[in-house]
Amino acid sequence: MSDQSKYEIQDEALIRDDIAGYLRKHEEKDLLRILTCGSVDDGKSTLIGRLLYDCKMIYEDQLAAVTRDSKVHGTTGGDFDPALLTDGLKAEREQGITIDVAYRYFSTDKRKFIIADCPGHEQYTRNMATGASTANLAVILIDARLGVVTQTKRHSFICSLLGIKHVAVVVNKMDLVDWSAETYERIRNEYNAFVSRLDFSDIHFFPVSALAGDNVVEKSENMPWYDGSTLLHHLESVNIATDRNLVDMRFPVQLVSRPNLDFRGYAGTVASGVVRVGQEVASLPSRRTSTVKSIETAAGPVEEAYPPMAVTLTLNDEIDVSRGDMLAPVNNLPRLDNEFEAMVVWMHDTPAREGQSFLIKQTTNVVPGVLTEVRYQMDVNELRKLPGDVDSLALNEVGRVHLTLHRPLAFDSYRKNHSTGAFVLIDRVSNITVGAGMIVDRPVRKSDEGPKSQNISRTRGEVTRVTREALLGQQGHTLWLTGLSGSGKSTVAMELERRLTDSGRLCCLLDGDNVRHGLNRDLGFSHDDRTENIRRIAEVARLMNDTGIIVIAAFISPYITDRAGAREIVGDKSFCEVFLDTPLEVCEERDPKGLYAKVRAGEIHQFTGITDPYEAPENPEIRIDTTSQDVEAGVSQVMEVLRDRGVIPR
Amino acid sequence: MATYQISHLAQLEAEAIHIIREVAAEFQNPVMLYSIGKDSSVMLHLAHKAFAPGKIPFPLMHVDTQWKFHEMYRCRAEAAERYGVEIKVWINPEGKDQVGPFSHGSEKHTQIMKTEGLKQALNHHGFDAVFGGARRDEEKSRAKERVYSFRNQFHQWDPKNQRPELWNLYNARVNKGESIRVFPLSNWTELDVWLYLMREEIPIVPLYFAKERPVVERDGVLIMVDDDRMPLEDGEQPMHKKVRFRTLGCYPLTGAVESEAETIEEIVQEMLLTTTSERQGRVIDFDAAASMEDKKKDGYF
Repeated sequence: MSDQSKYEIQDEALIRDDIAGYLRKHEEKDLLRILTCGSVDDGKSTLIGRLLYDCKMIYEDQLAAVTRDSKVHGTTGGDFDPALLTDGLKAEREQGITIDVAYRYFSTDKRKFIIADCPGHEQYTRNMATGASTANLAVILIDARLGVVTQTKRHSFICSLLGIKHVAVVVNKMDLVDWSAETYERIRNEYNAFVSRLDFSDIHFFPVSALAGDNVVEKSENMPWYDGSTLLHHLESVNIATDRNLVDMRFPVQLVSRPNLDFRGYAGTVASGVVRVGQEVASLPSRRTSTVKSIETAAGPVEEAYPPMAVTLTLNDEIDVSRGDMLAPVNNLPRLDNEFEAMVVWMHDTPAREGQSFLIKQTTNVVPGVLTEVRYQMDVNELRKLPGDVDSLALNEVGRVHLTLHRPLAFDSYRKNHSTGAFVLIDRVSNITVGAGMIVDRPVRKSDEGPKSQNISRTRGEVTRVTREALLGQQGHTLWLTGLSGSGKSTVAMELERRLTDSGRLCCLLDGDNVRHGLNRDLGFSHDDRTENIRRIAEVARLMNDTGIIVIAAFISPYITDRAGAREIVGDKSFCEVFLDTPLEVCEERDPKGLYAKVRAGEIHQFTGITDPYEAPENPEIRIDTTSQDVEAGVSQVMEVLRDRGVIPR
Repeated sequence: MATYQISHLAQLEAEAIHIIREVAAEFQNPVMLYSIGKDSSVMLHLAHKAFAPGKIPFPLMHVDTQWKFHEMYRCRAEAAERYGVEIKVWINPEGKDQVGPFSHGSEKHTQIMKTEGLKQALNHHGFDAVFGGARRDEEKSRAKERVYSFRNQFHQWDPKNQRPELWNLYNARVNKGESIRVFPLSNWTELDVWLYLMREEIPIVPLYFAKERPVVERDGVLIMVDDDRMPLEDGEQPMHKKVRFRTLGCYPLTGAVESEAETIEEIVQEMLLTTTSERQGRVIDFDAAASMEDKKKDGYF
């Protein structure tokens, strides 16, 4: 046992003299969740035992048991072995290694801590990922005698993959390298060199002897060259408050509460952002909108709620919301799609294979889905993609995959939002959790999918697009006009068509009516149908562009993702988004087709801008303000851009 | 500027409410085990908060050994009344009025009336999710327990083959006959429980507070003489000592500690300045090293 002076609990006097004051103080402490990882024999259990022991979290009877056990199982020749305080299960104790995730609790005067103790065995990536999923900070142990080893890299990669921002690198067993500053510096440089490829926001290093207690809780007298803080001091002071996403409000509904006819509430945990009374929200996937009427808790209503508060929301309108739906601000919606790409950690003995189906649990949803493709596998030791085609992932392997779901989910990328970007894969037969996934940023388009039949390949004739464009003296291009009903899309589109035709340019106007009467007459106005409508129009526009024709597409196209999809199909270079920026009140006043009147009279139930959201473009190539510009000026603006882009000659 | 932070206790409360709601939403037939102890009281209160202003949508169940302290039975009835819940009581019919700790020994009594009784009750009602108030900080083998702990059709726990549990995405899938034990207080410590009882003003069994009580000393443990089923040795007289209980169970198997603590503040004060861990008062843990782990594999909570 170390004969160093023990960490003094300053609060001891407070506990004795003013227990009520102490309890008030303790209640307000915040919480830090720590993951510890290292290779076998790095001394992880010893470090945790040391933290618990020096913070006086070990009771005498536990200590007596450990001292007794030290003689039977200990690796310290009968001396006090702090590791035995934490190695839980009998089987593990006999093997001398930890084999699963174990959670430990301790608190100091400043903070309360939960430690997820993770195994160091090379094959236990899955346990690390489990511990990392809820951790704010990772303690990565390195044996000073060995330096950075393969597992160090692997553990760091998993921590980064799971989105841990803070890392404390503990260079342990300094006593066995003669407290050498040189060794410590070398390891520090080694670690910094490879970790630059990862996504940590702060990294701190500590030269430590966990067995003797140096720089864990007490400053070491053996390493006067080290002027940094102790590990515990760092754990007590690291700032994690800004790690949370407080911007994008997301509220996955857990259950609907209907205790009586006068109350209809949606119970759930705020996943991110801040929800406020009066906030305008849409329910996904229906996209019905309403405003927050109240935020209820058992202790009474509150004005706002934020993560991880568990509350019950009531809304001002009776819109159909049930478990699995997500409430989000109308002007800041998550992605809604039935497919996405993700990084997946595979956790089962039987490998994951392309074409395999699973249940996917994300927020409060459980949805069947298919692993459509394994894009690539990561080399978790070297932090890079493995070359070559893969179609499966084995236990403890990490890879990027494409998943297709039976129905759409609302989600964000994991990077942006852990709560809505995380999911687990559940085997449909055994019910076991077989994988963990993190959704990645890139939006996936339907156009990425191959054609349904295997016997189709794209026809490439001798006559190319360039040849046709030369023939016409113009370039194929798509002008995509978007805006609310009554915003002036048709007026501008028809005038554009006339101006282009008058100047000898070949163009074609696609609008809602001519498309929906023919090509898309099988489609309605549900979300899926709207998406499919836009996809087909974009495909037609591309075919026409390929022949050199200028396409004027005038569609409300209310969703950002759909328009982005159209852009991807047509090709960014040939696509020009024109936003008819007309306020809703003006559109409603114009009401050229009398539709707004019908909505207000209750004859139409679903209408963009009134019941359904319109997601305005953030960066359209052209914005036409129809309240200050006349049609002529708007059209001239578009013609000028076409000339600038070389679509038509000057 | 608002910091949008909540204290660790509020975080633990929110986490537990989230778990309790998930279970209510995803399982067919959940039940909350209710032992009348302080952890059960916290869990019941959290369930109440999770569904307010509605009612708790599942029943409670008490596996009764017939040897609990008399004050516990009174508190059980009061809790049912206060929270408006049904408390189902199960007594193993095979041991009813026959098996007891004095006639059969602590190990057999616990095995038949508690472990077997629990399995019978679960089979009888076909519960697919069973809330328990266990905390990971109680004992080493509990530190690896999941929040959702899978049990096969024989109610057994396989510590080497647990489902990975990530984020707050709990896997509620079970086949017929299988079940999940759910521990919403997993991340709470004993201190958190006391703080929460105080903050929320939750009533608990008075046995937790020090009072003069009749006790006898058996193998160094103070046992309260709660009724005349307690066999006294020739000439033995119960002593009157000011004692309290750190955990509650069957009275002949629950050791008292001498104490002056009459309020929660004083209990916490004693606890923080004392040097022995909570479970030491429980006779069953002494049976063998790692005994809790063996009991859990067998279906004990």
